[in-house]
Amino acid sequence: MPKRTDLKTILVIGSGPIVIGQGCEFDYSGVQACKALRREGYRVVLINSNPATIMTDPEFADATYVEPLTPDMLRMIIERERPDALLPTMGGQTALNLAMALYNNGTLADFGVELIGATAEAIDIAEDRKRFKEAIAEIGLTSAISEVVGTLEDALVAADQIGYPVLVRPSFTLGGSGGGIAYNVEDLRRVAANGLSESPVQEVLIEQSVIGWKEYELELMRDRKDNFVVVCSIENIDAMGVHTGDSITVAPVQTLTDRELQRLRDMAKLIIRRVGLETGGANIQFAVNPADGSVIVIEMNPRVSRSSALASKATGFPIAKIAALVAVGYTLDEIPNDITQKTPASFEPSLDYVVVKIPRWNFEKFKGIDSTLGPQMKAIGEVMAIGRTFPEALQKAICGLDIGMYGFGSTDYEVQPDMLSVPTAQRLYYIASALRHDKSGDSVSSISNITQYDPWFVAQLRNLQLEADILRTYTLPMVQEMYAENGGGEAFWRLFKQLGYSDKFLAELLKTDELSIRAERKKHGVKANFYRVDTCAAEFEAFTPYLYSTYERDCEADPSDRKKVIILGGGPNRIGQGIEFDYCCVHACFALRQLGYETIMINCNPETVSTDYDTADRLYFEPLTFEHVMNVIDTEKPDGILVQFGGQTPLNIAQQLHDAGAPIWGTSIDAINIAEDRESFNSFMAQLHIPQPDGRIARSPEGVMAAVDEIGYPVLVRPSFVLGGRGMAICYTRESLEAVLREDIAWDGKPVLIDRYLEDAFEIDVDALADGTHVTIGGIMQHIEEAGVHSGDSACVLPPYKISYYYLDQIREYTERIGLALQVKGLFNIQFAIKDDVVYVLEVNPRASRTTPFVSKATAIPLASYAAQIATGKTLVDLGFMDEPHVNGFFVKEAVLPFRKFPGADARLGPEMRSTGEVMGHASSFGHAFAKAQIAADMLLPTSGTVFISVNDLDKSAVSKLARDLHNLGFTLLATEGTADFLERQGLPVERVKKINEGTPNALDAMRSDKIQLIINTPLGGQAHDDSIAIRSVAYQYRVPITTTLSAAQATVQGIKALHNKPLKVRSLQTHHAVNGRVS
Amino acid sequence: MQAVIVLEDGSRFPGKGFGAMGMQVGEVVFNTSMTGYQELLTDPSYHRQIVVSTVPHVGNVGVNSDDPESEKIWVAGFAVRSISPVVSNWRSQATLDEYLRKQNVIGITEVETRALVRHLRTRGVMRGVIAHGEMADDTQLLLWEAQRWSGMDNLDLAKEVTCQAPYVWEEPIDPAWYSDTTTSGMRGHIVAYDFGIKHNIMRLLTARGFRVTVVPATTTAAETMSMNPDGVFLSNGPGDPAAVTYAIDAIREMLGQVPMFGICLGHQLMGLALGGQTHKLLFGHRGGNQPVRDPESGKVTITVHNHGFEVTAGSLPDDVTVTRVNLNDGCIEGLRCDRLKAFSVQYHPEAAPGSHDALDLFDDFVALVESVHARS
Ligand SMILES: Nc1ncnc2c1ncn2[C@@H]1O[C@H](COP(=O)(O)OP(=O)(O)O)[C@@H](O)[C@H]1O
Ligand SMILES: Nc1ncnc2c1ncn2[C@@H]1O[C@H](COP(=O)(O)OP(=O)(O)O)[C@@H](O)[C@H]1O
Ligand SMILES: [Mg+2]
Ligand SMILES: [Mg+2]
Repeated sequence: MPKRTDLKTILVIGSGPIVIGQGCEFDYSGVQACKALRREGYRVVLINSNPATIMTDPEFADATYVEPLTPDMLRMIIERERPDALLPTMGGQTALNLAMALYNNGTLADFGVELIGATAEAIDIAEDRKRFKEAIAEIGLTSAISEVVGTLEDALVAADQIGYPVLVRPSFTLGGSGGGIAYNVEDLRRVAANGLSESPVQEVLIEQSVIGWKEYELELMRDRKDNFVVVCSIENIDAMGVHTGDSITVAPVQTLTDRELQRLRDMAKLIIRRVGLETGGANIQFAVNPADGSVIVIEMNPRVSRSSALASKATGFPIAKIAALVAVGYTLDEIPNDITQKTPASFEPSLDYVVVKIPRWNFEKFKGIDSTLGPQMKAIGEVMAIGRTFPEALQKAICGLDIGMYGFGSTDYEVQPDMLSVPTAQRLYYIASALRHDKSGDSVSSISNITQYDPWFVAQLRNLQLEADILRTYTLPMVQEMYAENGGGEAFWRLFKQLGYSDKFLAELLKTDELSIRAERKKHGVKANFYRVDTCAAEFEAFTPYLYSTYERDCEADPSDRKKVIILGGGPNRIGQGIEFDYCCVHACFALRQLGYETIMINCNPETVSTDYDTADRLYFEPLTFEHVMNVIDTEKPDGILVQFGGQTPLNIAQQLHDAGAPIWGTSIDAINIAEDRESFNSFMAQLHIPQPDGRIARSPEGVMAAVDEIGYPVLVRPSFVLGGRGMAICYTRESLEAVLREDIAWDGKPVLIDRYLEDAFEIDVDALADGTHVTIGGIMQHIEEAGVHSGDSACVLPPYKISYYYLDQIREYTERIGLALQVKGLFNIQFAIKDDVVYVLEVNPRASRTTPFVSKATAIPLASYAAQIATGKTLVDLGFMDEPHVNGFFVKEAVLPFRKFPGADARLGPEMRSTGEVMGHASSFGHAFAKAQIAADMLLPTSGTVFISVNDLDKSAVSKLARDLHNLGFTLLATEGTADFLERQGLPVERVKKINEGTPNALDAMRSDKIQLIINTPLGGQAHDDSIAIRSVAYQYRVPITTTLSAAQATVQGIKALHNKPLKVRSLQTHHAVNGRVS
Repeated sequence: MQAVIVLEDGSRFPGKGFGAMGMQVGEVVFNTSMTGYQELLTDPSYHRQIVVSTVPHVGNVGVNSDDPESEKIWVAGFAVRSISPVVSNWRSQATLDEYLRKQNVIGITEVETRALVRHLRTRGVMRGVIAHGEMADDTQLLLWEAQRWSGMDNLDLAKEVTCQAPYVWEEPIDPAWYSDTTTSGMRGHIVAYDFGIKHNIMRLLTARGFRVTVVPATTTAAETMSMNPDGVFLSNGPGDPAAVTYAIDAIREMLGQVPMFGICLGHQLMGLALGGQTHKLLFGHRGGNQPVRDPESGKVTITVHNHGFEVTAGSLPDDVTVTRVNLNDGCIEGLRCDRLKAFSVQYHPEAAPGSHDALDLFDDFVALVESVHARS
């Protein structure tokens, strides 16, 4: 059946900002869908509030709206663009929820928009846990016994009937947000209360627990002829009870017999039919009892998902693309399999390798939170690795995590039993230690019992530890001697490399260094070879060079003799290094491909567009370590390597690659080192006569104290060579400094930087390009929050709205001076701070930055693409990019923070980055742009109601002006005693509320009972103030907009004013840039 | 202990042995199913074949007494990338290693199976030897053994795997494993030719209310017809279909007298009896993911395959319809002759291992048998 011709325009909804549970996998699926639909001749209208996505690049849709994802905005867009159909299955839960809202409020009917990919009825059955369970029962399958309740009392009754432990799952939340496990009545009171408040409909499910059962996922695809395929089956190593997004997972399934797997497949087929998902992809989760094989259906996601992105990368079957094509009427047999070219998409991939996914968490950034893993997802990103066997894939995945581990058991721990029974981010490594030190014969069964890992996996893990143990008793010379006598050098090295041991791990075991191991094994002919991911276990020839390394003798890399460039990706997403860098890598690929280079991508993040097999000419799915990257370099012999696009990860191995003779293109290693090494950077700035905050470097706590004696408080302390401000703190007093030195810093010989903290300074971000002779600024962004709030967490606006030309010119001049002096070839980013008439440089990043995509969206200048071209030797003159682009209107970027997922974390912004994603709002006035950004970040700005003000003494006089404005706008003012007194003296009417320690009802109660619509709360300098911590965390929980800095409060008031003056309007990027005379 | 596969073209794939020691010749083929090794090992269609499994980890779930598809292991040898050091499954009763050893079948692990598969894919399946023990080092000897063997062409292997005497099969499918509806009540008598029949075929027929009598491959048409069958079933099996001349004769004689359904070798034999021809494929179809299309309805089914021969396109008379086509290579996967009330498929609707998507073919057989009933 060919595609539908009655449809002309299709609306695609993206997933919005990156949040926990909804990462850049939806950029990957959205890009695939948009590409596929446009290639079929459809006009694509796209909406996504996330400017860091590739899908929102104007060339991926005919009309691209970077606007808040709300029903109102969508209605405006639909009214303007008149799409025939809406494809809601590409943008995660966000898009499904929005589509349902538009369906329910009549918008779709009003404008005659058809839902394709999934009908409203199908979405509703799958998403409504109660209806889903009824449907499951109807087709004779089993789901966990449960009851939907709306109050705590009912929850307690239900749990009594079901029997503890029970699961609490709020309805209609994302990534299991607000869910938990209750082992007893006390737990339940806490967990259920939280769940009820998290659920938008105050409803939770109390459910029978099957913790410890095995968890499986099936990725399905169906077309309108009822053709049905299982693209991939995934086994979770972490048992039921740990969210699939937090579980280490393996494909294909390893511990089911064919009968068991086919039974799941049969069930999946029944379910997808019953739910009525006719055209598209879906994911179904099952629990299997390891004792008797009985099966419980957990849930179905009627859309592409994180798991489907993983499955696509794991198999080579592009689920999102195919889902988009079947949604417009194609049947699976009409769609070719890109990889084999000869066979159609209606088949089930067969894997002759093993894929392991390990999540990446960032708990270290959130002090005081519960970091155990459970039914609510907490991971920020994930790494995937491919190996011929499970041990090989697992160890490669560990290397790819970029957390300082380079193999299974490369760090040893003292293990207590609860470290094995309680699922945590570290548990895998604790298991390694447990296996290493438990010499009893039954360690497999005892560890399997306590961890609920299937014994098969534990046995594989134990084998790794046994091999490592043997190696520990040797040294490299002993090994050399051994095979000098008996031969077998090749077999020796091949054995260990086939088990996935990295050179670095082997070096540690054999007490030598990584390069010696590498040299030694290569001497024996043991080098990495590459196999292709071909969807068919080698049954057909693979035409797509999608490769992974392994240590068998055959090699399918088949490198070309074209001019070629390797682009290093960023690895797993983490706070501070996310989708923005993937965006840059992808652009570098596209640009170089256009210049006629063969592009070669190396990355290990399955969620990304960069690891789509058709982004680069060749894709190596490998960890971004020196060893694995060198393996590719040895095979491909590239002309150049680009390290400036993947964030900090590629920079960290750049020196080693350079030393090994790899041709690094772009900014030189020396320049990178100057910028990255604080000592040389300081003297470099001094040479250039550019001011920096007074700073020192210390290598011991004593050194720090001595430095502070010279600098004076407040100070900013941080370890060097980090991204996203890990371990950074502002200290106002000796005590707080001592606490940081004690608790937050590992004294491992690496320097610690101490800078004078510039209080109340403006912060400015600059992204610029340089080619060695010229510097052109891409964009100057003013932060809304003052310096001291990490640039990644601060809102910012392009162009700057409050900085005089005098400073801007100085900033431009410094930028040029630095770019030329460093001989930057490509992108660089500088953070400035302005305080007391002085412009300081805070740092220079000789690479693409987090704001690169944002600036490109605002200016229509493809900065990353230009940077890649410069790296090949082109100049800014060649590119015709000699002038800083003029920006029309205002573009505001706002950060999105994960505090609601982490109750207990202090939501006060600081120098340590904690946001997971970002949104953009644009409009002709700052106020509207800011309001849009806030709305997009789920901080709905109120236009009336009560504002609660609680500020420190320094801010009191400034806040009175804001209070007056809000009063004039019709807001009621509410404050605690001190602030209230102050405001009253200014002649403002204020209602009073008790401080938290003054009893009830206090400010928290007012928030809980919906009496507060906006909070302005600036905490006292540096002091961890219990009151304000509580206020901030309740605000996040109850979704009350809160600003914690005065500058943000000012911007907020401007936004509210704007909303009062004029309603918001929408405008596509294409229209915006066409109006402004730029071709998009 | 050392083990090796040596192919007739001299290539050598070393590994470590498991299962039995010794040496065995066979046709070396590969299978891309990701689960179901026990079913595969016991499928008589693999008689005289050394099977290479493309999925790397094998043996993880051990073996049990429910999953075999016949009374014994039929493969001539089994090659895997990594045999599991432990077994983990609630139904498991023994390890794969023990299973092979007990039945005197040679296994080899740590073979670079992907290289071996790519070799077979480009050069075609070929004769080879699997050896486990000292002689694994004697490449010359093994090569000579491989080349000395006549190979599969023109080999009637059905005779070697079929039952000795007719028997009645009574065990139906276990509904715990099949959402497929089972019916009670007697629907008639099926005579099933055993060219290497798999248990699951008999279970599925029984579950549909048939009395099933299994007969040896050499049973003549007269003998079969004297049992008063309401339908005749032609099973899967090993070897070259053209060599099973006695069965082709019997089938030709019965066609039109009684509704008939054939699977795999049974399909090829029916094709030959209808006047068609068969030929050998380069490397065959063996796996669980083959898309097969019904040209009439356009519906695609993911099917389980295990065949090295196919019915030659264009060799069939006009009143025979091609009902299924393989989407990967256009191979004929199904036939029907309405006039003679017969149909067949090249693949394995009985699954075991593999998807249950084609189970409805057994219902088609029920319908065919009943329509004939209704008329008479
Ligand atoms: N009844 C249950 N008993 C134990 N764990 C469960 C149960 N139901 C779900 N879980 C766990 O919680 C996780 C999240 O549940 P799921 O229904 O998949 O919600 P989400 O929509 O957040 O993915 C699952 O991956 C599973 O590990
Ligand atoms: N001396 C300083 N005074 C005030 N704020 C500072 C100072 N140095 C850094 N910051 C703040 O800390 C944040 C992070 O510092 P930065 O050097 O940019 O580290 P990162 O590598 O994490 O981006 C900056 O965005 C800025 O807000
Ligand atoms: Mg789930
Ligand atoms: Mg910074």
